[in-house]
Amino acid sequence: MIGRSIFSLLAALLLWPAAAPDARAARDELVIGMTQFPATFSPIIESMLAKSYVLAMTRRPLVTYDQSWELACMLCTELPTVENGLARRETLADGGAGMALTYTIQPGATWGDGTPVTTRDVLFGWEVGRHPLTGVANRDFYERITAIDVHDDKRFTVHVDKLFYDYPDRGSIPLLPAHLERDAFADPREYRHRTLYDADPTNPGLYYGPYRITEVVSGSHVVLEPNPTWWGDAPHFKRIVVRVIENTAALEANLLSGGIDYVAGELGFSIDQALSFERRHGDRFNILYKPGLIYEHIDLNLDNPMLEDRRVRRALLYALDRESLVAQLFGGKQPVAHSNVNPLDWVYSDEVPTYAYDPAKAAALLDEAGWTEMRDGIRHNAAGERLTLRLMTTAGNKVRELVEQVLQSQWKKVGVEITIKNEPARVFFGQTVTRREFPALAMYAWLSSPESVPRSTLHSAMIPTEENNWSGQNNPGFVNAEMDALIEKTEVELDREVRRGYWRRMQQIYAEELPVLPLYFRADPYILPPWLTGIEPTGHQVTTTLWVERWGARE
Amino acid sequence: MKRYVAGRLLESLVVLALMSYLIYGLIGLMPGDPIDIMVQADPDLTPADAARLKALYGLDKPLHERYLNWLSAALGGDFGYSRVHNAPALDVLGPRLVNTLVLMGLSFVVSLAIALPIGIYSALRPYGARDYAINFAALAGISVPVFWLALMLIYLFAVAWGVLPAGGMQTIGVDSLADKALYLVLPVLTLSAASAGGFTRFVRASTMETMRQDYIRTARAKGLPERRVVLKHALRNALIPVVTIVALSFGSLFSGALITETMFSYRGMGKLIYDSIMGNDYNLALVGLLFATVLTLLANLAADVCYAWLDPRISYQGPA
Repeated sequence: MIGRSIFSLLAALLLWPAAAPDARAARDELVIGMTQFPATFSPIIESMLAKSYVLAMTRRPLVTYDQSWELACMLCTELPTVENGLARRETLADGGAGMALTYTIQPGATWGDGTPVTTRDVLFGWEVGRHPLTGVANRDFYERITAIDVHDDKRFTVHVDKLFYDYPDRGSIPLLPAHLERDAFADPREYRHRTLYDADPTNPGLYYGPYRITEVVSGSHVVLEPNPTWWGDAPHFKRIVVRVIENTAALEANLLSGGIDYVAGELGFSIDQALSFERRHGDRFNILYKPGLIYEHIDLNLDNPMLEDRRVRRALLYALDRESLVAQLFGGKQPVAHSNVNPLDWVYSDEVPTYAYDPAKAAALLDEAGWTEMRDGIRHNAAGERLTLRLMTTAGNKVRELVEQVLQSQWKKVGVEITIKNEPARVFFGQTVTRREFPALAMYAWLSSPESVPRSTLHSAMIPTEENNWSGQNNPGFVNAEMDALIEKTEVELDREVRRGYWRRMQQIYAEELPVLPLYFRADPYILPPWLTGIEPTGHQVTTTLWVERWGARE
Repeated sequence: MKRYVAGRLLESLVVLALMSYLIYGLIGLMPGDPIDIMVQADPDLTPADAARLKALYGLDKPLHERYLNWLSAALGGDFGYSRVHNAPALDVLGPRLVNTLVLMGLSFVVSLAIALPIGIYSALRPYGARDYAINFAALAGISVPVFWLALMLIYLFAVAWGVLPAGGMQTIGVDSLADKALYLVLPVLTLSAASAGGFTRFVRASTMETMRQDYIRTARAKGLPERRVVLKHALRNALIPVVTIVALSFGSLFSGALITETMFSYRGMGKLIYDSIMGNDYNLALVGLLFATVLTLLANLAADVCYAWLDPRISYQGPA
């Protein structure tokens, strides 16, 4: 009591600045907490979730996946489709098939300094993106564009050198303000060091979304204020502050003490932290759990003689009670995965074999595979080999370490011994997984996008080897000619219903062959104050901030 | 003395050169470079993209060649770009260094301000109730994990009582010294707690040892008042081992600062170095660790100078 009085007095004496800030009281300021600071604000150089989160409030892509997981126009006025004639097949000089996609930029789109957004900015974005020295990560996207025809300031046609199933998105070049950034690009090798997005990130001319960045304190926070040249619905908040607090315990303390209003699901609490928070403070906050495309799974190294046998792989999955696992550990908020495709994705098929918990079936399959003799509770085969598998994941990831223990005990019940060896993330991903050095099982997650064709993870050409400089993410080493053919056909098939058939078959092969053990789809927990409205998590890679103008405050 | 200091500075330069090679080599030996990790995170990256990016960042060259390139540029004043922060390494490090020096400096002052009087008081009245209480508090300070103490302070002062901010460096939109000082209270308290406990124990032990010396008995026999015996004769001698410990613990403050900086979202150097190592940001990690080395070397040099000040019998002249 005495302590309280002393500190209250001290606070009053020091004119504690958070005592009654008008903006917060009027609910026209929002302070968002998240755990990562953007390394750069350049829309083109590096792919990073923290950057996407902030930039989505300041710019709009031509095309994006919306909340119903369908491609939709944002900066363009009409989505190019074969049906409306804005997308058409064309024959390339070498006789192959390409596409021409026509877009029109929103007529009111204007950079924050009053300069109209035009096709000049599209061309400049393409020029920077395809230059080999600018440091753009995924240059393949830009190189696939063979030409851009400019019709006028707002209308242009992109020519791509291949048919793509997701063709409306293939001309969605990130726009760059040519009138400001041209000088920084004079020496392309130096562009990433000179771009105004990092050298002068509060320059209003860099942004054309509902907000613009007005203050950046590296590692600490970003302040955004409404962009007066925004053409769409006026956003509610007069100021949005994105505060970065990397430690989640400190993030929670800040939320409880009023230092932040809302914890972003995209980069906030893990599921176990959110569940624990909900138990203690659920009455003060609205907590949304949105399952999405982050797919937790176990890669099986198919070069391992024990795992070469499909019966063993199936037995491993039958022996897992995943429904109980997600119920016990995640309060049922993270749904069990039956394949690599999320049920929210339109390509999901429910005609896929599933593996409900059935230890008797698992035991029978292991017997059939020759692992019949039980010694010390562990199965052995006729050659006297012990059925021991090493399970690896990222050390220090509490959720994965808990899951590991559950898996270990469930597999032990059917006579499979699991030894656990975890490694720091940079070793695990930088070497062990990339170079396929895990001897048996590697548990981690994939992040994809809606209708993402699994070329990099399931095509046999994408098995990382020294020859291909360890590129590709087919880490199990899965080789299946039918899967390869389906992937290639799906990528170039424009008819949605035909693709649906291909996807169904791909999921069947995946579930039958089990190069990977599916576990569950991760859910992002969003911790909102009761007064905050309009936040609608997507479940895919596009952040909620892309619709920030719909956010509001309830009185 | 001047010759001694000049000699030590030269030695420090050699140590720095060796450290730069060692640090560069050790970071380079860590598995996986930034592009390998990028490839794992982005399924759309092609082998050609990976090769191009490695060449662009110089990661395709052997480690010793990369080091020599860095060294020759550094000797010309160019310490390279931070890959993660997309800015010159020195520009990134400079403000963080200032922040860390403020945090560490204040923690040092606070912990010494606590440890010196309490340690001496405890040594002069050993084995009494107050001495036991002081020892208990000092041991508690040493034993309590920094992250736990930080959390407890946050919950008490920010969440329960709401009188201090839970983290950050200033109220956004407010630029006053008083505001910034408020944000320093909890980090400084956290960082000071452990070092104050350790220092108190050293001051107590050293003072007790000194008080048993013959010259203290002689001083008392001469009829000097106790206050003068302690302050004039005992304290200066008792402080010599304490200065050594303080100088040596300067380096370890960086590791303590790392946790404190993380818990309080304080933009300091400890966190920056940690992140740059984990993110394979060679230039930044190297420059950060070299700065930490420089600070530790300077702290030790300052300790040597303090020895001479505290004890005139200590001479840095070579043998005649």
